[in-house]
Parts: sequence; structure tokens; C-alpha cells
Amino acid sequence: MTRVFTLTAALFLSTAAMAEEMRMAVTTSFENSGLADVLLPAIKADLDIDLQLLVVGTGQAIKLGEAGDVDAILVHSKAAETAFVASGHGTHRREIMYNDFVILGPTADPAAIAQDTKVVDAMQRIAAAQPAFVSRGDNSGTHLAELALWKAADLDAAGFGDWYHATGSGMGAALNTAAGLNAYILADRASWLNFGNKADLALLFAGDPMLFNQYAYLPVNPQKQPHVRNDLAMKLEAWLVGPHAKALINGYSINDEPLFVFNATDP
Amino acid sequence: MNDILAGLAAALRLIVTLDAELVEISLRSLQVSLTALLIASTIAIPFGTLLAVQRFRFRRSVIAVLNALMGLPPVVVGLIVYLMLSRSGPFGVLGLLFTPTAMIIAQVIIISPLIASITHQAMRELWAEYHDLLISLHATKRQRIATLIWDGRRNLLTAALAGFGRAIGEVGAIMIVGGNIDHATRVLTTAIALETGKGDFALALGLGFVLIALALLINLGIHALSGTEREGRW
Amino acid sequence: MAGLLPLTLTDAVVRRNGKTLMGPVSLTLGGEGITIIIGPNGSGKTTLLRAMHGLERLSGGAADWALPAHEANIRQAYVFQSPIVLRRTVLANLRFPLDLLGTPRSVANAAAVAWAQRIGLGRALDTQAARLSGGERQKLALARALIREPEVLFLDEPSANLDGRSTREIEALLQQCQAAGTRIIMATHDMGQARRLAADAIFMLSGHIHEKGPAEAFFGASRTPELIAFLNGDIVE
Repeated sequence: MTRVFTLTAALFLSTAAMAEEMRMAVTTSFENSGLADVLLPAIKADLDIDLQLLVVGTGQAIKLGEAGDVDAILVHSKAAETAFVASGHGTHRREIMYNDFVILGPTADPAAIAQDTKVVDAMQRIAAAQPAFVSRGDNSGTHLAELALWKAADLDAAGFGDWYHATGSGMGAALNTAAGLNAYILADRASWLNFGNKADLALLFAGDPMLFNQYAYLPVNPQKQPHVRNDLAMKLEAWLVGPHAKALINGYSINDEPLFVFNATDP
Repeated sequence: MNDILAGLAAALRLIVTLDAELVEISLRSLQVSLTALLIASTIAIPFGTLLAVQRFRFRRSVIAVLNALMGLPPVVVGLIVYLMLSRSGPFGVLGLLFTPTAMIIAQVIIISPLIASITHQAMRELWAEYHDLLISLHATKRQRIATLIWDGRRNLLTAALAGFGRAIGEVGAIMIVGGNIDHATRVLTTAIALETGKGDFALALGLGFVLIALALLINLGIHALSGTEREGRW
Repeated sequence: MAGLLPLTLTDAVVRRNGKTLMGPVSLTLGGEGITIIIGPNGSGKTTLLRAMHGLERLSGGAADWALPAHEANIRQAYVFQSPIVLRRTVLANLRFPLDLLGTPRSVANAAAVAWAQRIGLGRALDTQAARLSGGERQKLALARALIREPEVLFLDEPSANLDGRSTREIEALLQQCQAAGTRIIMATHDMGQARRLAADAIFMLSGHIHEKGPAEAFFGASRTPELIAFLNGDIVE
């Protein structure tokens, strides 16, 4: 028995001994965009930090930060973020970059939203035509953004009928569901471009400033959770707002389409 | 059909090129599940045998609970282990959340009742067969259990393989407690969930075929091993 | 050998689920030779043997050996009606009682090989015992019972399902043991076997000892009408 334990312990420790490890909770939309695959090796090379990503919705990311199970979070829901800082769980909020949300739907566009120029008009058209619509339904940043859009269009998602499918799943799973149902869905542009199972879905609406999607970085407060690696979190923040990160973020594209815009400013 | 063929092609490509990431997550899958199996067997096999051999007051209740625990939903186990190991939970200081150790803990909890229950079933029959002889020869309790475990080892292998199958194919619990972190806690099943999420069905299916192949290989390997001693050497 | 015997049963009773299977029975077994127990089905032969060996817990009365229980236990052995063979090889089966006592492996193996040869299984040492024929299994069980060189050997209809040749081999083995000083107590259905082996005999009826005595008187001058009828082949209840 003891041999088993020492053996397994040795296996685990062998990976832990090398670089410093830091954990960050990120949203599925960030991970699914593929940007992480570009940033992580650079972080390892520049800072010698093994950044471990926990890919969850914004709601769960904030919970992980509150429990002290991660050292920092990178999410995209301003209201939740400011509450996180206000309650003392995070030290501060630093904006890093943005991309935008897009509305996807069947190529035939039965709700005819492609003609619209304002997102509130598009939302109202969808609610009126009642085509199948897939919602994340998981308290993620994308979900909260979608709810905010319905509200801006004077609609209440809670009162919608059978055509409104709240899946309670991550961005990828929700996109799979939308592809299967040939339904409308709100997604972030990065996840959409990186998504492999597009089926009959097409990008129908984009470009309204209301669809602006800001990502922010929030270190977990070491005064609340003494064990967090705030030193690493601060090192990472300095890197994320620096020139190397800027070049990588602005330079990341899929099919020649840039996905993110770096917009960190000096504090 | 196209998707399935693409999945097979992806599996072949991954295996033929010995894809570094595939090797890494496959090894981690094996490491986690085999360790969990070893620990769970060490606990569950003697316990299941003891249940068959020993009469005590709440024996029936214990067996009923055991059988009920067999159907433990992995997600619930995952959630409970998660809450226990979270920094804000009772064992938070250990810092085990999102490590392979946490995944092993969850899997041990999931498969131990299964192994113990199958062990108990098998050992009960063997005990009925051996009972009079072992009593007549005045075997001690320890000797009785050892005799049953040794002579019932082929059945116990089945129990262990069932546990292994459940462990290596499990995704709900280890996703929660492991976090599916690349190069740290990503295993085959969580990678499959991830690739499905990205809509990359071919890769997901390819990984699925690798997982099935791995489980088959382990099963065949263990059966081959036990087959060599079928004619019992001493 | 230092006295395991006599075995004394005092008002021994075995009850299961409110039903009395045997007793009260009082009996003293000493001396040497082979004691045969006969009686109709359900008369309590097996229960009596099991009670003497300690396999059945007594509901009343006592069964006492001349030695303390922990010493008495390993000086006796029991052969069951349908042989219990371990899922092991012939050799491992034979060695098993010695393994339990912690006998060194080389000694245990040597004894097991010797016994295997004695019962004609010398070439089958590595065969799984489960593959043996009925007669071979019973001989194996008998040899396994004898490997600890017990002072007292109980047998419950050891040749019930065997052919003539196996029966003869087993009887020969029992005669040898008896000659070597092993006290044998055996239940049987086979009246020929009873007459061939018995030094003295017990007739069980309805859970009680109905008649007992030295073989000559028991078979030649039975006192009770039930035993006379039973020996005549009539149905006795």
C-alpha cells in the first residue's frame, strides 16, 4: 500500500517540480477561440510559469476565484466582475482585450435578421418569428450578454416558449446543439471561427457596438485566500498588458480574420 | 457515417504518428485509473470477502447500502469531492483540487462499491462451497479470507476489470475535480468532451476509439496473464 | 498418541429453526477401530457426526474431548459426503491442511506427493482437482483429511456415489488407517460396507441412538425390532 502511494506521489511530484504553476479560470469562449494555445507557450517561455487553465463559464470562474481554487480569472462580464472586486474577492479588474458577439442562424435566415443594422431589431425579429433559438443558459458571460440583449429589446427571455432552448452548457456544446437544431444562437466570434461543426449555420448579424465583448483579468485577493500565488498573478498581469501579449493577441487570426483586439491601458 | 470514418482515420493518424499529446493523455488516463483500481481493490476485495464470510449485526444493511452505492452518480461524487477539496472546503489545505490525486480519490469512491459488491457476490458462492471444509480444518478468519481470495481470484479479476472499465470511461467526476487542465489533469475522456465542445467530432471520435482500444487491450492483457496460470502451477 | 479420546456426548441436542434434528444423545466413544453409524434417511447420522466434530453448534448438552478444544480441533478430520475440492491442483489440495498449520513448504509438498501416490494420483499432481472423477475426488478428500495424521477421522457416507472399485480402494485405505491407530467414525448407507468395516455400530432413529453395540451382536443378535427390520431392508421410520 505505502509503495503505491509513494509511487503515485512521485509521479505527480515529478511534473510539479520544474516551472512554477499558476491556475487561472477562463471562459469557454476564450479557450475555444484557440488563443490560449498561442499565449500559454509564450507565457512559459517569457515568465517560466506553467499556466493551468480551468475552462468554465464566467459564473463558475467567479466561484472558483471566491473559493480560492484559482489564482486569477479571465472573464467577460463586467457586472459580475465589478461585484467580484467589490466583495473583496479580487484585488482589481484589468481590461485586456475584446472581441465581439455575433448572431448565428440557419443560412436561410427565416427570421430575416441579416438585413438589420441594430441588434435590438434583430432580437425583436427573432422573438416575433420564434425560430429555434439556443441559449447557453449557464450564467456565463455570453449568457449574461444574451439576456442583456433581450432586455435591451424590451423582451424577457423567461417568458419565451418552446422555441427557446436554454441548454445550460458551454459554448461548444451549445453550438453543437444549435447546429443540430439548425437554430439561432448568440456566440462570441472567436468560438464561432474556431468551431468545427458549422453544419448549416451562418453568421447572420454582427457589428453593432452593443455586441462589444470585453475580457478582463482579475487576480484573486491574497488577503482573502492567503495561499494564492498573487506574485505569479501580478507577473502574469504585467505580461498580459505588455507588448509581447499585444502582438500575439492582435496577430491571432483564423482564416485571415483577426479575433481579438488588444485594449489594455496603463492603469 | 462520414463522421465515423473521419473518426477512425483520426484515431489511426494519432496512433501511427504516436501523437505526443495523445500519448501523454493516454498515459495519464492509465495512471489515474490503474492507481484508483489498485487502491480500490486493496480496500474493496478484502471488504467484500469479509462481508461474505463474517456474520454481524448490520450485515444485511451494509450489503444493501453497498449495492445502492454501486449506482452512485459519478457527477455527484465529483461534486462532493470537489467541495471537500476546494480551498474553502474541509480538506482545502491539502491543495489537491485539480490534481490527478483528486481524480484518483473520486474514482476510488466511484469504483470501490462496485468492486466490493461483485466480490461479495462471488465470494458468497465460494464460501458456501468451502464453508464446511474450512471450519473442519479450523482455518483462522484470516486464512479463510485469504483462501477465498486466492481461489476466487478469477472472479475477483472480473470485479477488478469492471471497476477499471468504469474508472477509465468515467468523465463526469474527473472533469469536476480534475478541471481538464492541459498537461496536468487532461485525460482521454475529458479530452473527448473538450473536442466535442469544439465541434471537432473527428478528433473526439478518434480519441474515443483510442480509449476503447486501450480498455480492450488492458482486458485482453489481464486475461492472457490469468490464462497462463489456468493450469495452476505451484 | 496422547489421549484425544474418549469423546463424551452428554445430552447433546441440535435444533435448527425450532426443529430438533438430533438428541438428546449421550454417548462415550473410546478405544480403537471403526464405529459405523447406520439409520434411515433423516435419522440424524450426519448431524451426529457433525456435532461430534464441532461443525454443528449444540443447542443443549455438551460434547467433550479428553483434551482442551483448541488441541482437540486439529487432531481430528472430517470427510464430507460430497467431496469438497478446492479450486486448486491436486497437490495444492493435499497440501492445504498443512499450509494452514504453517508447515514448511518442502515438508508439506513431500507429504502431499506421498499421499498422491498412495491414492493413485501421483501422475495428476498438477491437474486441477475439479477435473477429477467422483471417485478420485473422494480419495483426494480422504487423503487430504489424513494428511495431518488425525487421531480421529469422521466420514459421512464417503462412498455413497462411487463405483465398486473406488469403494474398495477407499475401504482398503480406511483399514490401513485403522490398523495404524486412527479411530474412525463413519456413517454409511451400505449395509455390506457396514458389516465389512464395523468393530462396533450405532443405529440412529428419529434423532436418537436407538441401539448400539459391538458389531457381532449388533448385526447378529439385534435387540430392537426396528434395527432387525432395518437390517432386513424394510422401511423404518
